[in-house]
Amino acid sequence: MNKSTKIEMNEVIGFGLLRLAMVIVVAILGVILFDIVTKGYGVISWEFLTSAPRNRMTEGGIFPAIVGTIYVTFITAFLAIPIGISAAIYLSEYAKQGRLTRIIRLAIRNLSGVPSIVYGLFGVALFVENLNFGYSLLSAGMTLGLMTLPVVITASEEALKTVPKSHREGALALGATRWQAIKGNVLPSALPGMMTGAILGLSRAAGETAPILFTGVAFFLPFLPDNVMSQFMALPYHLYVMSTQHHSILQVRPLAYGTALVLITLVLTMNLLAIIIRYRFRKRFKQV
Amino acid sequence: MKNKKSNQAVFMLRNRKKSRLRESGYKYFFLCNGLLAIFVLGGIFYLLLTNAWPFFKEISLKEFILTKSWNPTGWNGASYGILSMVVSTLMVTFGAMLIAVPLGIACAAYLAEVASPGFREVVKPLIEILAGIPSVVIGFIGIVVLGPLLARILGTSHGLNAINGSLLLSIMSLPTIITLSEDAISSVPIEYKRASLALGANKWYTLIKITLPAGLSGIVAAVMLGMGRAIGETMTVLMATGNAPAFPTSFTDSVRTITSSIAIELGEVPYYTTHFHGLFAIGLILFMMTFFVNLVSDLILNKYQEVE
Repeated sequence: MNKSTKIEMNEVIGFGLLRLAMVIVVAILGVILFDIVTKGYGVISWEFLTSAPRNRMTEGGIFPAIVGTIYVTFITAFLAIPIGISAAIYLSEYAKQGRLTRIIRLAIRNLSGVPSIVYGLFGVALFVENLNFGYSLLSAGMTLGLMTLPVVITASEEALKTVPKSHREGALALGATRWQAIKGNVLPSALPGMMTGAILGLSRAAGETAPILFTGVAFFLPFLPDNVMSQFMALPYHLYVMSTQHHSILQVRPLAYGTALVLITLVLTMNLLAIIIRYRFRKRFKQV
Repeated sequence: MKNKKSNQAVFMLRNRKKSRLRESGYKYFFLCNGLLAIFVLGGIFYLLLTNAWPFFKEISLKEFILTKSWNPTGWNGASYGILSMVVSTLMVTFGAMLIAVPLGIACAAYLAEVASPGFREVVKPLIEILAGIPSVVIGFIGIVVLGPLLARILGTSHGLNAINGSLLLSIMSLPTIITLSEDAISSVPIEYKRASLALGANKWYTLIKITLPAGLSGIVAAVMLGMGRAIGETMTVLMATGNAPAFPTSFTDSVRTITSSIAIELGEVPYYTTHFHGLFAIGLILFMMTFFVNLVSDLILNKYQEVE
């Protein structure tokens, strides 16, 4: 009797601790979001969102940084999405079990573990120097694109795998070639899953600072980039500048909060979009 | 008549040949995109190596690894040693793991074994959102929230030190550890748990003595991946650890990690100097550290999948 109550106590305390851990993690997220939303909210205005920084970046808005982030994310998308999806199609539809496939998979997993600052060094060596793209949107976007590639490949392959085998076999049995089967029957079903992965990858790229630090981002530009070879401002780097590099950091703290709020709103909206698409996608497959 | 038929046959044959050619064209196109992953990884290693090479011609590997001070622009001669940075990185990472491992595994166990499906449905996206917060924002929180808090607790002028970095890095590696550990715990066969419960063990005892040990290799792999992420994280530590380039002696010291050093100096260094090449040498060391950690995690994970 005595012993059994002791064991039950273990259970209560143990599960209580697990619950506590869960509460702590959710609270961390809560504190981060609460702090930035409450202190950044007051700074957001139409002017803040649509004008350039003024008066040695102590006034004005963050419009060039918003535009720069959107531009560079587009270049990232142009590089990472087609290549990533094609690589995933190879791995899921064509590749046979073998040494080559194993090496490709190993390379992808390792690429996703390469630190972002190393991608930055790689970008400097390859795009800025060797290919002579210089400090530009193009160099930065391509560096981010390579960084995003493993995310897109992994997510797209997952999506392709969820499409039932019968989709392929049905088409092949009717005389379709393998590519026709993929194009007509597999890709349409896998598309939402692929989109989820692509959006998640891009949202991470949009928030990255280290890879663009030396490949094209500018401290301050009063105008917008006019072509892919120009330098640009970006939200994450702007936040870094406003919180550590500015000559009067405390004075511009509210502007830094505003920038942080815009940045997480952008990134979390993309995240949320991805989560919603996936949720609906899963539901559809469950009904089938 | 006969001729026409054979013409048709030839035509069909040719057509089939053409379409077969096109089919293999598609296959090789997709293969090339797959191969690109190998080229990128190899390219990263190659470019780091070739750009670090001129540095190693001047500075011996021994000097590079065993010298404490990294001061390429010093008045009394430059010194190129990465020992302080490596120790700083390991220290901050160790601190982060001290927090993130128990917390992460506890959350994973809760999600896999205790939580209701409805709760899971709500919390898992929240963890993804935590993973989605950019590192520069986490670093900003380190400056504006955690820094002042630590300064008040420790009675120092600012709270930008190794503790701050460790706390932030633990936040950054938590989502990885939670998600992958949960997968590992969930994939423990239900028979194990049933057998344990049938023998009279309660749920807590089953979790601690049966489920967690059975999922251990997956959990270790998850922790390794989280650790790899912490080692390579740049912006957070750059903003929150104070960046003092001295050899760290305690967790309340300001430290300067491998990643911060590259981030601080690459922007100011003249290209193609020893210093410039030295930064690639540091990058190479960092690349090899994370590569090793990821490889070990991969090996553990593969082995574990085979056992299943």
